[in-house]
Amino acid sequence: MSRVSSLAHRLYSGEVSFDFVGKRRRFYAVSAVFLLLALIGLFGRGLNLGIEFKGGAEFTVVSSTATVEQARASAQSAGVSAPIVTSVGSDKIRIQTPSLTLQQSDAIKTQLASDLGVTQSDIGVQLVGPSWGSEITKRALQGLIVFLIAVVLFLTVYFEWRLAMAALVALVHDLLITIGIYALTGFEVTPATVIGVLTILGFSLYDTVVVFDKVKENTRGITSSNRATYSEAANLALNQTVVRSINTSVVALLPVAAILLIGVGLLGAGTLKDLALALFIGTAAGTYSSIFIATPVACQLQERRPDMKALATRVAARRSGSDAKGARSGNARATSPGATDESGEDSTSSPLASDLGAPTVVSTGARSQTQRSRPRSQRKKR
Amino acid sequence: MAAPTQRHARSGRTLAILGLIIASLAVWTFWPGESHAPKLGLDLRGGTAVILTPTGTQTGGAITDDQLKQAVEIIRQRVDGFGVAESEVTTQGSGQNASIIVSIPGVTNEAILESLATTAKLDFRPVLAQGFGSSMPTPTPTPSASSSGTSSSPSPSPSPSTSANIVPPASPSATGNGAAITGGLRPNDTTTPASPSATGSPTPTASASVTPSPTSTASPSATAPTSPVSSVNGLPPIQSAANDGALQAAYITLDCSKTGATKGGPTDPKKFLVTCSKDGAYKYFLEPAAVEGTEISSAAAGLSQSGGGWEVNLTFSADGSTQFATVTGDLSKKSPPANQFGIVLDGLVESAPSVSQAIIGGSAVITGSFTADEAKALANVLKYGSLPVSLEVSSVESISPTLGQDQLTAGLLAGALGLLLVVVYLVIYYRALGVVAVASLLVAAAITFELFVILGRQLGFTLSLAGVAGAIVAIGITADSFVVYFERIRDEIREGRNLRAAGDAGWIRARKTILAADFVSFLAAVILYFLSVGSVRGFAFTLGLTTLVDVAVAFAFTRPLVSLLMRNPRFSSGKAWTGLSPDRLGAKSPLGTATSTRTTLAASRAAKES
Repeated sequence: MSRVSSLAHRLYSGEVSFDFVGKRRRFYAVSAVFLLLALIGLFGRGLNLGIEFKGGAEFTVVSSTATVEQARASAQSAGVSAPIVTSVGSDKIRIQTPSLTLQQSDAIKTQLASDLGVTQSDIGVQLVGPSWGSEITKRALQGLIVFLIAVVLFLTVYFEWRLAMAALVALVHDLLITIGIYALTGFEVTPATVIGVLTILGFSLYDTVVVFDKVKENTRGITSSNRATYSEAANLALNQTVVRSINTSVVALLPVAAILLIGVGLLGAGTLKDLALALFIGTAAGTYSSIFIATPVACQLQERRPDMKALATRVAARRSGSDAKGARSGNARATSPGATDESGEDSTSSPLASDLGAPTVVSTGARSQTQRSRPRSQRKKR
Repeated sequence: MAAPTQRHARSGRTLAILGLIIASLAVWTFWPGESHAPKLGLDLRGGTAVILTPTGTQTGGAITDDQLKQAVEIIRQRVDGFGVAESEVTTQGSGQNASIIVSIPGVTNEAILESLATTAKLDFRPVLAQGFGSSMPTPTPTPSASSSGTSSSPSPSPSPSTSANIVPPASPSATGNGAAITGGLRPNDTTTPASPSATGSPTPTASASVTPSPTSTASPSATAPTSPVSSVNGLPPIQSAANDGALQAAYITLDCSKTGATKGGPTDPKKFLVTCSKDGAYKYFLEPAAVEGTEISSAAAGLSQSGGGWEVNLTFSADGSTQFATVTGDLSKKSPPANQFGIVLDGLVESAPSVSQAIIGGSAVITGSFTADEAKALANVLKYGSLPVSLEVSSVESISPTLGQDQLTAGLLAGALGLLLVVVYLVIYYRALGVVAVASLLVAAAITFELFVILGRQLGFTLSLAGVAGAIVAIGITADSFVVYFERIRDEIREGRNLRAAGDAGWIRARKTILAADFVSFLAAVILYFLSVGSVRGFAFTLGLTTLVDVAVAFAFTRPLVSLLMRNPRFSSGKAWTGLSPDRLGAKSPLGTATSTRTTLAASRAAKES
């Protein structure tokens, strides 16, 4: 417990720092492998679509005595040539058939009820017309596109377009990986799965927004000094928020895990399981991408800005000039480019320095004053 | 930043106001005599949900919202006719992308499902006989004493205030035009069941003019009882296989007040029809269709130029004009009620205007004492009934009550387990702050539950399994807001602030993040809600609602509570149990005056340990 806390502290102060941004190639490679697998799955195996998408009928019989064989024989005697019969949960049997008319389904229902010794009201029926699937697919895609556009607009206003693009890349990454896992494992895709996948969008963005908020804070007015490059400041932000990201993800995943557990354990299949499974995979992917993909991509985009390039040059120049100092601060901190600046004894208390936990002792009042005055000084410099 | 005392007072006030809101919601929720539980969706209590999608109109044109409304109206009529309580018919979307969703609770019979998607037809059928819909409402002794078998019954007993007549447009009914425009019937009007239908002895000879020439053997028994229900003499002769004794018997026994009598349904235009008026006030024995609805080229409600109130104008196609001229010519020679034709939509009589002259030229006016709404409704029936929307059953999902119960149990269990897991995690990780988070979660849960109940009662919001899942998922999203805030507070403490300052500064930074992140969630929910169908919608609604609740709780409960706690001397001591002890967080130079020595000691101890 306290170890977690102190790790969190050291991450926060930059004592311990993971170079997420600098080692981005490694993480990109990991993601690339996953994405490749996902695409192979998607285009090779394809998705295992539920009857809601391809049309057909599904009967759910609640009975603790009936067996799969009985149900299959019964369905066949009612005229279904190749029913797919599975046992679901402890006391349910599911029979899937191609599209049926109402009369046909009625006949099968009656047959099942008499053969399996249940009342008709114990049989759930779902009939889906062949064209309905393409309709809901169309609507889901419409929703997805509208959502992506809306999110990019919002993030562009709230942050800026480069961060919005990075968030979009992370989102698409999560979606593809989730869909790919579905294709590879052959999990059934139902409308509930689609709900789950669409909800992932919100989740994945939640994490990304939290991280980007810190990045934004750390990089505010960064060009007015030459202490750290954008990437370094962003990497520090990542380190500072990584504990928070993990916490929010764990907290978000716990209820999802509960749904998954109960859904599979008690009901066997259906809305709860489909929803929770998609959410579980997607949220896990979302946590990964908000740390390893979103921010590194954002840094790459930002570093292309002329002012950020200039900053990087200035920082490099300053570093080579103060090598001795850097060496002195030594060991653990040397691994963290963001933290090397911490040696600064100067009293100008830049936002970054204070965020780095620099030993500048100021009273709360004085501090908020410096914070308030910061934007003004920035403006002057520009 | 406000002065501490001010801040303190404001926090207290915010909490008090929130408490008041929750309490009044609770009163509303648990108001005696109302349901105290959320309205459950079909997948939680058993029932059948059917999604119908329009596939086009019979003429191939685009589907208008008015047409869709008409289709929904017809479906509602059919479902209600089966007497299923609490069934609902709703639409989502518009035009070609619309879906009609029919929810039928409980165990369903297949007959209802089969009746849903059949296309409704409109046609004009000459009336052979007419009677009261049920045996009850005839207290008035009726005057039609005559009615000897053969000739027309002479007692027209006009009740002009309720009659509907159909006339050529050139000769408004006010002018009379020599033709006896006597009182026809407006079956929709139940207020005056008095006399007209009592005249219900048709004239077998006169009806000869309509297509299948009657063999006119069994003229009605000449007993001439007056009440139309008991009036066997109100029956037309048996004419053909289509109009046999079975139909006559059906007409005699037909009681339109019974469940199922007014459900409507498709009819064969070539056959005789025994049916009720739409409101069940009258029953009719109708001939095969003389003019089909597809021959109507337009219909509109308007004010009579002669000042006679609202009327409905309609025009026919070329073929329709000829057919209509023939049938009105025949009908005008007959005596009531056989001088009427029934406007039959989906097997139910919408209106039965009487005819006093042949209407040639393809335009007609239906007059009567219509209100504006009645006239418009009738015009809509004529307009859209003639261009029926074909519907396709896209999806039928029927959940047995047993399975529904299972799903409800599973959903509640998953919710309880999810909440427990989050609570345990929060308390272990954040200690006292975790308790604040748990309290916040409970407050959020209480508000959400109250809103579910109230929305169910007021707006018909139903909680489906997907909705339950959305609420459970929302536990995580809500708790995330607290995590963001608490981590911010910890960050501020690490930077060396005292607890009080950290609580305030942390909030200022965290609230922006919380708002941005919740906005994205809310955006997702809104877009999902408007672009999806069925269960996805339920999920999106719950998610959106809980996101709003989350923001409200974070701002009006968690924040003020933390603010008060931070000002509590025992809490601000920063001991380990608070979850905010500076030494545990590794703060470098805590400025909390009271704790400085203690933390320095602790810090050195911590340094030794590590």
